[in-house]
Amino acid sequence: MSATALHDAHGEHAHHQPGFFRRWVMSTNHKDIGTLYITWAVIAAIEGGVLSMIMRAQLAHPNNTLVTSGQAWNAIVTAHGLLMIFFFVMPALIGGFGNWMVPMMIGAPDMAFPRLNNMSFWFLFMAFIFVNLGLLVGAGSGVGWTLYPPLSDITYQPGVATDFTLFSLHLAGISSLLGAINFIATILNMRAPGMTMHKMPLFVWSMLVTAFLLLLAIPVLAGAITMLIMDRNFGTSFFEPAGGGDPVLFQHLFWFFGHPEVYIMILPAFGVISHVVSTFSKKPIFGYLGMVYAMVAIGFVGFVVWAHHMFVSGISVDSKVYFEAATLVIAVPTGVKVFSWIATMWGGSIELKTPMIWAIGFIFMFVMGGATGVVLANAGLDTELHNTYFVIAHFHYVLSMGSVFAIFAGFYYWIGKMYGQPYPEAAAKLHFWMFFIGVNLTFFPQHFLGLAGMPRRYPDYPVAFAGWNYVSSVGAMISGLSTLVFFYILFKIFTGRQTLAANYWGEGATTLEWTVPSPAPHHTFEDVPVIR
Amino acid sequence: MKRSNQYLFMGLIGLAVAIAATQPALADAKNAVGFPVHAPRPWEWWFQPAGSPIQKSIDWLMQFVLWIMAGVVGLVGVLLVTVMVRFRASKNPVASTTTHNTLIEVIWTVVPALLLIVIFVPSLNLIYEQSNYKHAYMTVKVTGHQWYWEYDYPTAKGVDFTSYPVPDNQIKPGQIARLSVDHPLVVPANEKIVFKITSADVLHSFFIPSLGVQRYAIPGQYWRQWTQIDAPGVYYGECNQICGMNHDNMPIEIVALPMKEFQAWLAEAKADAAQGNVPPVHKYEVLAMKAAAQKAASAGNTGIALASAAPAETAR
Repeated sequence: MSATALHDAHGEHAHHQPGFFRRWVMSTNHKDIGTLYITWAVIAAIEGGVLSMIMRAQLAHPNNTLVTSGQAWNAIVTAHGLLMIFFFVMPALIGGFGNWMVPMMIGAPDMAFPRLNNMSFWFLFMAFIFVNLGLLVGAGSGVGWTLYPPLSDITYQPGVATDFTLFSLHLAGISSLLGAINFIATILNMRAPGMTMHKMPLFVWSMLVTAFLLLLAIPVLAGAITMLIMDRNFGTSFFEPAGGGDPVLFQHLFWFFGHPEVYIMILPAFGVISHVVSTFSKKPIFGYLGMVYAMVAIGFVGFVVWAHHMFVSGISVDSKVYFEAATLVIAVPTGVKVFSWIATMWGGSIELKTPMIWAIGFIFMFVMGGATGVVLANAGLDTELHNTYFVIAHFHYVLSMGSVFAIFAGFYYWIGKMYGQPYPEAAAKLHFWMFFIGVNLTFFPQHFLGLAGMPRRYPDYPVAFAGWNYVSSVGAMISGLSTLVFFYILFKIFTGRQTLAANYWGEGATTLEWTVPSPAPHHTFEDVPVIR
Repeated sequence: MKRSNQYLFMGLIGLAVAIAATQPALADAKNAVGFPVHAPRPWEWWFQPAGSPIQKSIDWLMQFVLWIMAGVVGLVGVLLVTVMVRFRASKNPVASTTTHNTLIEVIWTVVPALLLIVIFVPSLNLIYEQSNYKHAYMTVKVTGHQWYWEYDYPTAKGVDFTSYPVPDNQIKPGQIARLSVDHPLVVPANEKIVFKITSADVLHSFFIPSLGVQRYAIPGQYWRQWTQIDAPGVYYGECNQICGMNHDNMPIEIVALPMKEFQAWLAEAKADAAQGNVPPVHKYEVLAMKAAAQKAASAGNTGIALASAAPAETAR
């Protein structure tokens, strides 16, 4: 199937104006589906954010009485993790920016399988409903996002809520799997003439690697939770010691998915940051091939390090040594990426517009999270730090400041292209600074709490931990308030009546999405672009 | 805006260096009868003071790795500030077109790899030290339950007791809310103790920060972890793997005694076990409570307030 033929087929409907239902529910257009994903990501982020505000409010003081039931607390912890991972970060970066930008960047008319694309969104929508049932039905599903049995077995979570949560993960998994297949098919087959693999924009590369990670990791999760559902409801004992099963087996299967999952959340962020840094430095990316193969290497090594999440679980001493060594190796390609971003800026003509500020914030915060990651990779140190707030601080530095900063960078970078209206610059900078101060105040003191030995998933704690917990809660409230600024920005964008140039960032923005008008038309290219 | 960017980033670098620079220098806390207490301290920003050789090794390696990583974070911070100052559009209107430099790309691949080897090699010592169970004086079987711990002394017939948290409203002077238990695990100081850890229901984690001890309690399996407590004292820990609604309230309290007193306690415990009674709470605990109560009475404080503030008061 040639790209030209597809393009022409769409051209016949160039003036077709579908109604609301046909456009948004039966959508086969990559941009509309991308918009649906981003909208849903915002909704899930608000819900996950409200849950985190509840948690920080409860933890602001010892002996607090906001959440008195431990089971309710555990259900909130579980839902917060699942919402933020599966319904905010992944849909925003992969379903949202990926759908919107990948076809445009490679000069394709749409995704390879538009109906599959639609299906993949609605699977996610249903998964969202079910994860909420898992939170709200009965006593809730209080198992943590890692779902470890025996706590997730029927004996200890007798309600149907945990089944809803597991089913939700199945649906979200199918959604991701279909999306991954779609991205791989699109990227490998539908590039414009002249766009060789080594000329592909880095965001497209990041999506390709991410899609392969999803393709290989999700089925393992699906297998693990299917076995868990069987254990819960059909009397099997895959993970039940009394029947010869092994709880540690679940941990292996879960983290064989779970560790690539963290790269699934950060690789697209790397892609976004590469584009933003290059655009606002007015320089092509430094060391393009190094950047590409660093991502490939991270994706590959990411599959062979999973048991570093299990250093204090059932694991032998020699396995500890192997998994520590393999984990440390990941720091090398990650370092290549960080230094290449800085080298891209070096000698550039840097404009500190909002997307660039988020990108620079991303680089620094991500390096901080990476530094504590190297600490935690040490099996010996992990004995002391495993499951403490040090770990919470570490992964929020790479996610809440890594991936989320990249999401905001991408949002401010592309919103003009997606909606056709500029964002208000001053308010956007205020948003950055409030969020930046808020999240640092929230998560930096959590390093101290972790070092002092405060365990995670506690609704209450010995009084000695009160000080830093209070600081952390104040920070959370600041980042929570920054959301109001973001709503104001959204309001200004959606009520704007300006016209934006096709390439409103100027000379630094060189990828194909900047050659089409803003907002990008329903059918992207009148002529198939040719890359030289 | 630009200027404030720089200050903020510099401030953050300063903070990052500051954690690394923090030394575990604060004096050990002591309870009312001068018995050292190893519990979390208010505004702590480093590990609890080390109570075992393993925890000392962990502390050392942590500082070693953190200093190296602070250097990396600092370098990236300095580079970011430099590019923002030197190459901003107002100062450098025309961007260079350099996109390759093989030498520097090799350097930033090889140097981090070498740094990782520098970290990896000493970390091996710690891992193998942690798994050296030879020449142990005794073994204690630790079983996690929803939501209490059970301690079984296989070499002392019948000494097998449960350890529940003291409810907040029954905390006596000298005890710490959410950390003190009714029957602490009693072990001898200066001897190698091996914990054989398992669970009777869901996963738990046997975690005592000041001793560098942590291992999951997994039903159907035994996993070992050893410690050798440097000095007599009270050592606190908490369950550290989500285990249901009371996960935050199954603390661990270990009382380490001089060998003679430990043996006396064990004999007493055996006699009690033979009569079907739970083992005695050690007299150090009782003495500590009495002394704290007297102190509280003379200071006009309520017992509970003093109990929760006791480690704070003695920490600095």
